[in-house]
Amino acid sequence: MALLEIEDLKVTFKTADGDVNAVNGVSFGVDAGETLAIVGESGSGKSQTAFATMGILAQNGRATGRAMFDGRDLLTMKQGDLNKIRSRDIAMIFQDPMTSLNPYLRISDQMAEVLQVHKGMSKRNAVREAAIMLDAVKIPDAKNRITMYPHEFSGGMRQRIMIAMSLLCQPKLLIADEPTTALDVTVQAQIMDVLSDLRRDLGTAVILITHDLGVVAGFCDRTLVMYGGQVMEEAETGALFKTPTHPYTKGLLRAVPRLDRDDAALQTIAGEPPDMSRLPVGCPFSPRCDVVMDHCPTVRPPLETEGNRRRACHLSADEVTS
Amino acid sequence: MSSPILSVKDLSVTFDVRRQGAWPWTPPRKLHAVSEMSFDLMPGQCLGVVGESGSGKSTLARAIVGTVPSSGGQINFEGADLASMDTRQRRVHRRDVQMIFQDPLAALNPRMTVGEIIAEPLITHEPATPRAEVKARVRELMERVGLLPNLINRYPHEFSGGQCQRIGIARALILKPKLVICDEPVSALDVSVQAQVVNLLMELQKDFNLSMIFIAHDLSVVKHISDEIIVMYLGRQMEKADAKTLTTAPEHPYSQALISSVPIPDPVLEKARVRPILDGELPSPLAPPSGCVFRTRCPKAQASCAGDRPVMQNLGNNHEVACPFHEPLQVLSIA
Repeated sequence: MALLEIEDLKVTFKTADGDVNAVNGVSFGVDAGETLAIVGESGSGKSQTAFATMGILAQNGRATGRAMFDGRDLLTMKQGDLNKIRSRDIAMIFQDPMTSLNPYLRISDQMAEVLQVHKGMSKRNAVREAAIMLDAVKIPDAKNRITMYPHEFSGGMRQRIMIAMSLLCQPKLLIADEPTTALDVTVQAQIMDVLSDLRRDLGTAVILITHDLGVVAGFCDRTLVMYGGQVMEEAETGALFKTPTHPYTKGLLRAVPRLDRDDAALQTIAGEPPDMSRLPVGCPFSPRCDVVMDHCPTVRPPLETEGNRRRACHLSADEVTS
Repeated sequence: MSSPILSVKDLSVTFDVRRQGAWPWTPPRKLHAVSEMSFDLMPGQCLGVVGESGSGKSTLARAIVGTVPSSGGQINFEGADLASMDTRQRRVHRRDVQMIFQDPLAALNPRMTVGEIIAEPLITHEPATPRAEVKARVRELMERVGLLPNLINRYPHEFSGGQCQRIGIARALILKPKLVICDEPVSALDVSVQAQVVNLLMELQKDFNLSMIFIAHDLSVVKHISDEIIVMYLGRQMEKADAKTLTTAPEHPYSQALISSVPIPDPVLEKARVRPILDGELPSPLAPPSGCVFRTRCPKAQASCAGDRPVMQNLGNNHEVACPFHEPLQVLSIA
């Protein structure tokens, strides 16, 4: 059984300009110990999917559908019950580590709080445990630096602290929302290294939300591609990169310049990212698709399972790849 | 052989930094943003500049445009030194050298229409141009950069990030500059839109015969667009080579670490790559290490690295490297 099973998740935001549907019927599962990438551009709904799962949507947002974790639905759960699961069973790290750490509190206080609340540890033991965790994410001189404040650390170090904090209770699932987007490539490589070591040692399942296909290639077992709040394609990472069977996945992979290749001109996807308040009824990618057919904008292609792959396109896999 | 359009020699830029709470009479500390940079840019060529944040890329760009005063060395644009230019020459320099910025929306005045934004440089530098001609040139350029000319009276907030960047490009090109400096022009854009803007810049470079300096932290993009690439670290030049050589067989340990950190969207290659990962982080530019600035993080560092600063050695083919222990590493090969 899957550790987390999202079924038909919809997220709607009430705004002054009418309802905005950020996520439109997303379903996927994550097994224990597995790494799943959710890839998409801005506005694809990848972050809102994670926020809805964690119950941290903005005030005007509403999630429907089901998010089953260990047999319980996270979406209908009481706040108190959800608080017990968050950080203990499911943890999350965010793009900007400065804004997700409390600037007024010492690292030791913030980290110890997690253990005091969830494991009922004494402050002294909690700080000791936290220092061990900081050591594990390779923060030099962790024992002494744990009493410092967030602003005394660099961006990369702060993200390490976030990772250490999120893994304190050894959660079954870690949701990482663009954890390296704000960092330099060299630091990104360090962070991804730390993350994959810890993941392997603790057996944590990871959902990595990112727009960087390179990071996905090195880290994730399976990849889910989202566009306009819907799942376009999902497959084992190797297979997805080798033979993308959705026009969007294909376009996305061709639009990235690669260090190891010399392309004369980059292949582009025409048009602009979708306006989420005015999505077509049918396939959200149809306005930008280069193999669009007459019925694509009006009839939504169902997400169908074909072997180890799921895809939502009116064309068959062979028609797209050829 | 033609002469370079831009020739930078021993350029240094330092900023005075005051510690909070320091006495007013204590001398400010010097922050070395750019130190002893030298390079030439040939007409019609694109020079890429890469490095981590804090390596001095943007300061270099600003010094060349003239918005930050240099504290040493020379910037020769078409043979004239920027520092010794008079007001009139400076005005010409500002026409000829234009800049494209990272955050497309922040770089545009929200209270001006797109037409006004694009026309502003033209009206400033050629006030005698008839209004009809200004409008015609704006429309022509909008079309050229892929914007519908009938959007001329819209405001920046009505456009997406990619379109805003196109507006920024049009504004930079309306004076027909000779050199365009792009400071992280596509970093804020989505992958699919990024490819559109990169292609547009490459087309425009060819059509307008522009010389370009392309600054970005995304090495794959820089490699794609540039003829030559300079690797910077803590304000200094570590290596310079043609784009292909630099990205496949770099010689400097820092370039090697930087390039091998770039993830490649290929699961097979990515999981099997050789990858010297850098430890630690950029030292403070207020107190750069003695000798080679990279020695504190360098896997090949020797005692001698703390002594004399390594000079750029020419390995032939315009490949220069500032490391006595350089050797090529095939960073893209599978271990």
